[in-house]
Amino acid sequence: MESRILPDPSAVKEELIKKYPPKVAKKRGKAIIVNDPEEIPQVQANIRTIPGIITQRGCSYAGCKGVVLGPTRDIVNLVHGPIGCSFYAWLTRRNQTRPDGPEGENFMTYCFSTDMQEEHVVFGGEKKLKQAIQEAYDLFHPKAIGIFSTCPVGLIGDDVHAVAKEMREKLGDCNVFGFSCEGYKGVSQSAGHHIANNQVFKHVVGLDDSDKGGKFKINMLGEYNIGGDAFEIERLLEKCGITMVASFSGNSTINQFENSHTADLNVVMCHRSINYMAEMMETKYGIPWMKVNFIGAESSAKSLRRIAQYFEDDELMARVEEVIAEEMPAVSSVIEEIYPKTKGKLAMLFVGGSRAHHYQELFGELGMETLSAGYEFGHRDDYEGRRVIPNIKIDADSKNIEELKVTADPGKYRPRKTEEELAKLKEAGLDIRDYEGMMPDMKKGSLVIDDISHYESEKLIELYKPDIFCAGIKEKYVVQKMGVPLKQLHSYDYGGPYAGFTGAINFYKDIDRMVNSRVWKLIQAPWEEAPSELEADYVTQ
Amino acid sequence: MERQALTINPAKTCQPIGAMYAALGIHGCLPHSHGSQGCCSYHRSTLTRHYKEPVMAATSSFTEGASVFGGQANLVTAINNIFTVYEPDLIAVHSTCLSETIGDDLQQIVTKAKDDGKIPEGKHVIYAPTPSFVGSHVTGYANMVAAMAEHFAENTGKQLDQINIVAGWMEPADMREIKRLAKELGANIQLFPDTSDVLDAPQTGKHVFYPKGGISVPALKSTGDSKSSIALGCFSGEPGAIALDKKCSVPFKTEDIPVGLRATDRFLMRLSKAAGVTIPESITDERGRLVDLMTDMEQYFHGKKVALFGDPDDLIPLTEFLLDLDMKPVHIVSGTPGKRFEQRMRDILADSVPDANIKNGPQADIYLLHQWIKNEPVDLLIGNTYGKYIARDEDIPFVRYGFPILDRVGHSYFPSVGYMGGLRLAEKILEVLMDRQDRDAPEESFELVM
Repeated sequence: MESRILPDPSAVKEELIKKYPPKVAKKRGKAIIVNDPEEIPQVQANIRTIPGIITQRGCSYAGCKGVVLGPTRDIVNLVHGPIGCSFYAWLTRRNQTRPDGPEGENFMTYCFSTDMQEEHVVFGGEKKLKQAIQEAYDLFHPKAIGIFSTCPVGLIGDDVHAVAKEMREKLGDCNVFGFSCEGYKGVSQSAGHHIANNQVFKHVVGLDDSDKGGKFKINMLGEYNIGGDAFEIERLLEKCGITMVASFSGNSTINQFENSHTADLNVVMCHRSINYMAEMMETKYGIPWMKVNFIGAESSAKSLRRIAQYFEDDELMARVEEVIAEEMPAVSSVIEEIYPKTKGKLAMLFVGGSRAHHYQELFGELGMETLSAGYEFGHRDDYEGRRVIPNIKIDADSKNIEELKVTADPGKYRPRKTEEELAKLKEAGLDIRDYEGMMPDMKKGSLVIDDISHYESEKLIELYKPDIFCAGIKEKYVVQKMGVPLKQLHSYDYGGPYAGFTGAINFYKDIDRMVNSRVWKLIQAPWEEAPSELEADYVTQ
Repeated sequence: MERQALTINPAKTCQPIGAMYAALGIHGCLPHSHGSQGCCSYHRSTLTRHYKEPVMAATSSFTEGASVFGGQANLVTAINNIFTVYEPDLIAVHSTCLSETIGDDLQQIVTKAKDDGKIPEGKHVIYAPTPSFVGSHVTGYANMVAAMAEHFAENTGKQLDQINIVAGWMEPADMREIKRLAKELGANIQLFPDTSDVLDAPQTGKHVFYPKGGISVPALKSTGDSKSSIALGCFSGEPGAIALDKKCSVPFKTEDIPVGLRATDRFLMRLSKAAGVTIPESITDERGRLVDLMTDMEQYFHGKKVALFGDPDDLIPLTEFLLDLDMKPVHIVSGTPGKRFEQRMRDILADSVPDANIKNGPQADIYLLHQWIKNEPVDLLIGNTYGKYIARDEDIPFVRYGFPILDRVGHSYFPSVGYMGGLRLAEKILEVLMDRQDRDAPEESFELVM
């Protein structure tokens, strides 16, 4: 591999903000940080995007309906609003789900909307909403109906919670609950995650106390089964003898949520979207939580070991080692073949609230370096680690998102481990209730950029010429037009799974295919490559 | 069960995405969504998935504060930032349900931006109202096209020897084909909007923020001096022609989007008359090739029942074409409201399929279409990508046609309009029908020659 001379990151930063109006430059400057894993500088995150500066971000509704509630197959997700919001979130996130047999309920292929019209904006839409709920109930008899508020709903004052309560009582055997996830709430999808966590916690978690069995019972939090990731994780857990009570929310059912408080450990994949749930469940039910990462073969192995370590069971620890030993040879043989072709190549990742961190593991396994990374909707703790949480300034946009007051449930609170036991585990290296964030894992001099703009991504590519860029669909073809392959880390470019050991193998092969594809060398027409030669030839003829 | 409030699996989406698509058909234009970030993100994502191309657009990024106090500050800031950073020739602003609900006045805000010096000399900001709770993506497109005429068309008093073609919602390949046909006829046209060379841009190793294509601002201005206009599509094209007539007294005629044989015939005759040119032999030959295929393969089309869903301006000529192929359109659904749809459809189907199921507007959705298909099965389904779930459930041959197509390519490269487009549609239909015949044939009747 040729070694490349990379530009000075501070100079790059200046270049990225040079063209902006002064106020914009000042603001963006705080979100573009030259990393130092020893010192961890402060990065500006979870603040408003500047109007007109082309952003990757979406809205609160997208985070609530699309991300957190989207993957549960047996809830009818009814969007209260004009047609677009429900239409765009219809099957576009690739949350796979496996219904229980041919008759098993699956509403994920449906798009439900009240298709709000002008008259409803003027005279109110509650009546239509009630009727729509009734019609959905009459047609499908679902166990639950979730109502999602879009922008006009909050503005005209439709009370979706009152409607939900009324209809829940009227229908009797259908849990109806609402989400005030209007698109203007907060500054990104992140607000919607929080709203989703709150309502699911309030209206669903804890409703079913039945013991479904299993010796080592966990919930998987913040895994959304894009491209079948959850299937691979389920396979591994099962192989190890670990019971997954509930998944929030890839390949899930509402009954899993209702029963989730019977688990003995919450493991958190996407810290950003679901840490609220983990904290609230610990406070109310006494279930400790722990961050895991099933992206990357090494981190998958580590995550399994950590779960076993938590349960302090020798048999489980031995079983986990057996499973890892069974899985790793296939991984190693693929890595051996691919590593020489990917080693030294350069990657950039701008996506999500955890993926830009997690996928650095996979690139690391391929011998590739991450030059620059950032989140679309992360908070400072996702970058700098949870230790900064007490110092995060709560601005007006965050204040508008409800913080539930949670206390220990008098009947159901049961600490799974004593504080002494937890302290002992922590001492043994198990970072219970913690997430160190992305920055400690990134090299000194790498660029951390929050809520990257279109302009900045394009400049960054020009200046660094990375071998692969990871982002989403809106960025995909822009970057590829620049001659750089883009790996979508929201939809996986319709491939995957990328989680666990099988997923790691899939990812290695995909990245090898992308960075070494013949097509990138065919972009220039032959007559553009060497015009003088062609001309000379022509003249002599 | 008759639904009155619940829409399931809509056969439409909301106005702003249409406005965004139309605005991309002006050269050097950056579409701008005046609403919360999600709208812009969703529209860009959907258009990108459909075209597999960059779709650039900006947003006012409303927060709760802006939603309470109004979005003026956000839009003025956005205009300043966009002209400084992304340097477009113009910004085409469309509203959303959010900004319409709170009553933001785009005209007033743009005037304020101009007064504050945020719009550089020679640059433009145009705007169209596209509340999501009115109409559909089709009317949103039409509103932005009308805004183009309203903002730019100028009648200088000196008539130009050119005909405006106000493009209804078509693919870039269709717009390219319209221009080719006009050139073949020797007719001088101004086509707007024009997304060819924008949403089918070549791979060059460089991202061109404002691709080659799109009608230029001077060309848009000149539409006010044209002899006449032809609007393609009474839902998506006509409002632009009306606006142009109103502002600059350019008379217009509306034709269907030229999908299939007879709609193409009518379009070409209209254009030849308007431009005072004759239809050349080369075009008559193209027509002959389409009719040739229709006669050659008539037996495979004959009597096949079809269910179709999509946008009115596509479905009207498509239904006519299916009838000309001797097929039987029995179930037709469009989410876009408007009385003219059912009237036109009833007229077209009166002789051959008088009792066809036709519905548009509220609750005219893909779920209803599926129920109809269960009651009366069909041999072919035509519609956008979402049709694949019905096609799989009911095991029906499926041709993707319309917006959005998220799982196949070709729609942006190969036209569906004109005789060439007719050939492509007929080929696609034959392919799925004949594949089905091959798949289901018992060994003894599995044919080599068909």
